[in-house]
Amino acid sequence: MSHFLSPVFAPGFFESEAVHIALGVGTLVAVVTGVVGVFTVMRGQSFAGEAFGDLGTTGGAGAYFVGVGPLWGFVLGNVIAAGAMEAVGVQRVRGRDLATGIVLGAGIGLAALFLHLYTTGHSTTGATVTILFGSVFTISSATIPLILALSAVVLAVTLTIYRPLLLSSVNAEMASARGIPVRLVGVLYLLALALAAALAAITIGTILSTALIVGPAASALRITRRPLTALLTAAGIGVGAVWLGIVLAYDSYHWPPHGTIWPVSFFVVTLVFITYLLSGLPEARRRRQADRRSSASPVAQPATPS
Amino acid sequence: MFSGFMVNAWEVASIVAVVAGVVGFFTVMRGSAFAAHAIPNGSFAGAAGAILIGVNTLIGLAVFSLGGAMTIGLLGRRGRHDVATALTLVAMLALGALFLSFLVEYYAEVYSLLFGEVLGISPNEIAPTAILGALCILAVAILYRPLMLSSVLPDVGEARGISSFRMEMLFLAVLALATTMTVPVVGTLLIFSLMIGAPAAARSFTDRPLVAMGLSVAIALLIVWIAIAASYETNYPVGFFVGVGSAVSYTVGRLCAVWRNRRTAKPAARGGGLQSDAQIASNIVT
Repeated sequence: MSHFLSPVFAPGFFESEAVHIALGVGTLVAVVTGVVGVFTVMRGQSFAGEAFGDLGTTGGAGAYFVGVGPLWGFVLGNVIAAGAMEAVGVQRVRGRDLATGIVLGAGIGLAALFLHLYTTGHSTTGATVTILFGSVFTISSATIPLILALSAVVLAVTLTIYRPLLLSSVNAEMASARGIPVRLVGVLYLLALALAAALAAITIGTILSTALIVGPAASALRITRRPLTALLTAAGIGVGAVWLGIVLAYDSYHWPPHGTIWPVSFFVVTLVFITYLLSGLPEARRRRQADRRSSASPVAQPATPS
Repeated sequence: MFSGFMVNAWEVASIVAVVAGVVGFFTVMRGSAFAAHAIPNGSFAGAAGAILIGVNTLIGLAVFSLGGAMTIGLLGRRGRHDVATALTLVAMLALGALFLSFLVEYYAEVYSLLFGEVLGISPNEIAPTAILGALCILAVAILYRPLMLSSVLPDVGEARGISSFRMEMLFLAVLALATTMTVPVVGTLLIFSLMIGAPAAARSFTDRPLVAMGLSVAIALLIVWIAIAASYETNYPVGFFVGVGSAVSYTVGRLCAVWRNRRTAKPAARGGGLQSDAQIASNIVT
């Protein structure tokens, strides 16, 4: 069996504990980010999702500096950032990107300070790179209970506010007319997004965090218009991309240049990007047909009695 | 503080601040903060790629920032703009991660691209920065009226024959140019805070576009100058002071706007800085 599959799965793939953890955590994170991401895309908050990935870095750098576990830094940093965005004015759709930008700018400045303080104390930039790029292959099994708890919290919050969140994401005015506290729902969602991004950034790096929040969800929303189907599709695309990415990264050890593993993030992002492009094809074809019909209609119109 | 290598830092930082103030004004106006974050941030992959194949990093930065800008514009034409920006950014970053994994010993260089080393600028970096900066300003000056109209009132612009899509692509190209010139000298992260904080603050003070742009340049200059002086005194990174300075200037601007609104007690002005779009529009259309 393993001999038969060896062209696909390099030797040792099924025995490696690092691979087991990577697959398990990767699946969990892909499901959480897929579910949260559908609302991120619907609400046009991709920038906030990306910013939380980077802002978690600030918290992570701060945690390195203070000497506590980086996961706490990521979580705390993002919760503070979510509060700051809310205060600056993320609730107005038009001011959203600006509010995110202001908070992100300040946060990155702080990250520069923390990293400066940390690296002058320890004379290494290795910490910087670990914080920025993270790797799914370097997760220690000790953090897994925390990761599980965090995922459960995010999913619980999102599913608890599912219906009001859905309505206020699609049409905020109608939602508030129906008595939904749109602002409170927005804040709760922003917190869920902040936690999901922290979880993703610490386990699989900030690049993949953004890719998994935005990519599968955006593809899913182009494939289906039904919200529940979109949630499941997004989670499915995310899990698929992560699994395939991990397999390819493991195989890449045998690719040139010899002896280096190609980053998992490269494979996963490539897969997510291709999925997004492909998911636009059916709609593009529909649009082309509609264009052809409408360009043909002026000729046909006089003939049809109205 | 004003001798030797510090003179280079003052000069280059001032050029960067002027460009950030001008280009950033349109960034805030158009709500393109995410693109202003994505293009500089993703372009570092170009620098890593350039190191990998052994060409000038400036070429790598230019190729990636322009390529990224065009991808954002094209993908954003059909489909959601923020999704297009996010996916383009992660695609560039993932390529950067791939290049970096082949280049084990260059981490320090990447670090300096992310956070910048404005205090370590050499004199021969000033000329290219100044030329590219002048190009940016020139481009904005030429595009000023159509770009302004299409940013504030895209429908009116379309009616007058200004294609919103073409304006978006041109603006993203200017953003890419600004990125190429600023990233090697001040880093990707610093330019972003300058481009958002200073113009957003400026718009809280005035509704007139040219005044706001001038004010935005002035605030950007003030932030960098204070940041360099503070960094020189304390030895903390310049990026920290610029990031905090931008946020502080924005907060002060917002507080002033709130105070102004309360004093004039105009109910229509409750929307804060955003209500001024209509006024700016009426200023340029007439």
